[in-house]
Amino acid sequence: MSTIFECRCSEGIGGLFPELDVPAQGVEQLIDPLLVRTQLLRLPDLSEPQVARHYTALSKMNFGVDDGFYPLGSCTMKYNPKLNEDVASLPGFAGLHPRSDVLRSQGALQLLFELTGLLRDIAGMADVSLQPVAGAHGEMSGMFLFKKYFEARGESARKRILLPDTAHGTNPASAALAGFSVTEIPSDQVGMIDLKALEEALDETVAGVMLTVPNTLGIFEANILQVTKMIHTAGGLCYFDGANLNSFLGQARPGDMGADVFHFNLHKTMSTPHGGGGPGAGPIAVSDLLADYLPVPRILQENGVYGLDWDNPDSIGSVHSFYGNFLVAVRAFAYILQLGDEGLRTVSENAVLNANYLQERLKKTYPLPYDGLCKHEFVLSGKGIADGITTLDIAKRLIDYGVHPPTVYFPLTVREALMIEPTETESKETLDQFAEILETIAVEAKEDPQLLHEAPRNAPVRRLDQTQAAKNPVLTYPFDEKAE
Amino acid sequence: MRYIPNTSDDRREMLASIGVSSIEELFADIPSSLRENFQPLGLPMRSEMEVASMLGTMADRNNSTDAVCLLGGGIYDHYVPSIVGHLLSRSEFSTAYTPYQPEISQGTLTAMFEFQTFVCELTRMEIANASMYDGATALAEAVLMAERIRKKGVVAVPLSLFSHLRRVLDTYCWATEIEIHEIPYKEDGTVELTSLPEELSAIVIQTPNAFGVIESLAGLKDRMGEALLIVSCHPLSLGLLQPPGAFGADIVVAEGQSLGLPMGYGGPLLGLFATRREYLRQMPGRVSGRTVDADGNTGYAMAAQTREQHIRRQRATSNICTNSALCALAATIYLASIGSAGLRQVGELNLQKAHYLADGITAIDGYELAFSGTFFNEFVLNIPGDAAVIHDQLVQAGFAVEAPDDLRAVGFENALRLAVTEKRTREELDRLIQVLGGIR
Repeated sequence: MSTIFECRCSEGIGGLFPELDVPAQGVEQLIDPLLVRTQLLRLPDLSEPQVARHYTALSKMNFGVDDGFYPLGSCTMKYNPKLNEDVASLPGFAGLHPRSDVLRSQGALQLLFELTGLLRDIAGMADVSLQPVAGAHGEMSGMFLFKKYFEARGESARKRILLPDTAHGTNPASAALAGFSVTEIPSDQVGMIDLKALEEALDETVAGVMLTVPNTLGIFEANILQVTKMIHTAGGLCYFDGANLNSFLGQARPGDMGADVFHFNLHKTMSTPHGGGGPGAGPIAVSDLLADYLPVPRILQENGVYGLDWDNPDSIGSVHSFYGNFLVAVRAFAYILQLGDEGLRTVSENAVLNANYLQERLKKTYPLPYDGLCKHEFVLSGKGIADGITTLDIAKRLIDYGVHPPTVYFPLTVREALMIEPTETESKETLDQFAEILETIAVEAKEDPQLLHEAPRNAPVRRLDQTQAAKNPVLTYPFDEKAE
Repeated sequence: MRYIPNTSDDRREMLASIGVSSIEELFADIPSSLRENFQPLGLPMRSEMEVASMLGTMADRNNSTDAVCLLGGGIYDHYVPSIVGHLLSRSEFSTAYTPYQPEISQGTLTAMFEFQTFVCELTRMEIANASMYDGATALAEAVLMAERIRKKGVVAVPLSLFSHLRRVLDTYCWATEIEIHEIPYKEDGTVELTSLPEELSAIVIQTPNAFGVIESLAGLKDRMGEALLIVSCHPLSLGLLQPPGAFGADIVVAEGQSLGLPMGYGGPLLGLFATRREYLRQMPGRVSGRTVDADGNTGYAMAAQTREQHIRRQRATSNICTNSALCALAATIYLASIGSAGLRQVGELNLQKAHYLADGITAIDGYELAFSGTFFNEFVLNIPGDAAVIHDQLVQAGFAVEAPDDLRAVGFENALRLAVTEKRTREELDRLIQVLGGIR
């Protein structure tokens, strides 16, 4: 596919902006001539139909949830209700300036206040900040809270964060941003945290642990209460990565499990779309211990009037320009309002049912290293399906059959991992078709392995050489290449 | 519930095939005390129609959007061409995940590549990433990157930085133990750089700054020794203004909201991040790179991934994963739509109208520009009398202007900061001048 820079320029988009309606002054009288741009500016000047065709063509080279099954593990690629988009584009929300007078932004503040309350109660914790704008951003903010807490207690020697070996890659990176070092805790034979290893790692240098519940193998830690108790007894705090909340919505609350910080991924669990890599939202819920340190501003309500409180000397400060990704919060709020308690519980019931159904069927064809009840996702291995076949081959062959591949090569504890999360918005029919496809691929792997090695053939491009992109990176359009 | 396609019959069949008798049994692994303690929200299920109406009522309570907007300070009321929203709403773009499977993500990856090219063209830098959360976190990450490269533990930051950028920077610098040295400003509103510490990892410059004043970067880089030059700029001004890359900037960041995004009460926003090619390995965030497929055809894939958290974990250049991809796509479509000519035109409309308003107001007795420096589309006025009173009068007359508190925080007792975009008409500006002239 060619880029927009290769489109033949026309006379541009004249008529988009009106003519100047005030007396014109010479630009050089208004700006110091030394500040006026003399550098090249190579933006294409195109007509609107050219732009529409180009980006529509690009969209057709993408795969979204509306296109087909998207069982990307740990990403909760559920259907995104269309109402979300309508309410987020209401002029009263989309056209609101963040520095607007609070008395003239009451609807927006009310929404933020009410969503804060709903998320707090879903988490079963003391308070919530909507400011973090992505899961990793929530993690980082949570780690900042840990740091503040130990500073306030004069325990700055607590510098280590314990992480299970199944943790998301963002966890260690977020801990490092707050100046913590990471100690990895192995999993036991059934895929849960090894309690003995945890016990041995605990001492007065431990700031806390980062857990994913259920973990990235899709397994609910049977000893979760014991784990959080051990951490708390040792003087540490518990961070919960909420990427997998979809599996226990309406069933249990992280606050009751012993979480001190829990982050939501509104773009996963609460159906706001992912946008091809954001914008998302990663609100954090906290226990009593950390509520005083939450980011500013806080949303207040007094006698039915909503306001912003910027004044909190104990706060870690701000982690985003204003109040987080407000329009993402609007979508999540609409979703929660539609579902209600019954709907939220129905989500987890069907998400878990779909995952167990698929797991039960597929484990007959693909190795399932950790067999047992799963929650919203499970991890198969592509190892040993046929000689010379990798999980990457299987993933690329799935593309030929019109489904999005699962998350691959993660978690790191399973070799050749295929991490499958069907979500609640898929039907049994879709799951059956997917299972048949994976079963067919297993046969193909033995009988006609070239089909897998050469996959995908039924995609906008064939398999891409990712090492070339790494070795000699071309990261911008080479305007000068044509001239050569 | 209409988001769930399985029927009761389906569920029964599925349970039977798993070998359990009820859905309850699928949750038997969650400790029973947790399930017994569970407290519902007390929230009924509601129809789409009811929720649409509830949200509509809440949106209508934000009557600030009925006013004539002169608010600025980093977020501006610009016109978004119709085509942007239409293309953005294609669900192939909006409902996709991060492009982990490049063969079926060429739409996102090609657009990322175009976005990076646009950012480099605007700023005249060599490389750019595929976006950060917003201008504030982009600046904070730029400071962390400079610290990784120079390791001096101190950065110089102007007092004329937008308050929201400073708040976020303070948080990140506290957490990473980087000291901030404050740069004062001169009478004309530009930075006073005469007494800087010797050992600095970076000097941050914002242009136009929080007073709307355009900083002159000429010759600056030669005078700053080892420290990296980080410039936070306003991308919509770059059709008219000399780009930071022309002055030897090492890292350029910006808030990209003005490039086709709604104000959205301040989120989602779009962080732009560009730097020199030699610093690629230190750059945070995703990048799309051009490559070839098995048939030798051009395609795009994520490049330089060994910097990233999913591979490097605690040694990654950043923890960023989900960013602002769809907002970057909006900016890409916006720039592709308006082109070089449109960018210059919209820049000039902003510049001319802002100066028209400033000239009109300063002709009134007692009103004067707070700084003599050159401005683009935003300026600060010293005003006669009580800022709160004047603010209220303007609000009464149907204008949305900044509350005096924000400017008080940066040391202006009786001041007004106004931003003028291409959306403001002469009639609106004349009316504003008239209202101010009538306040006594």
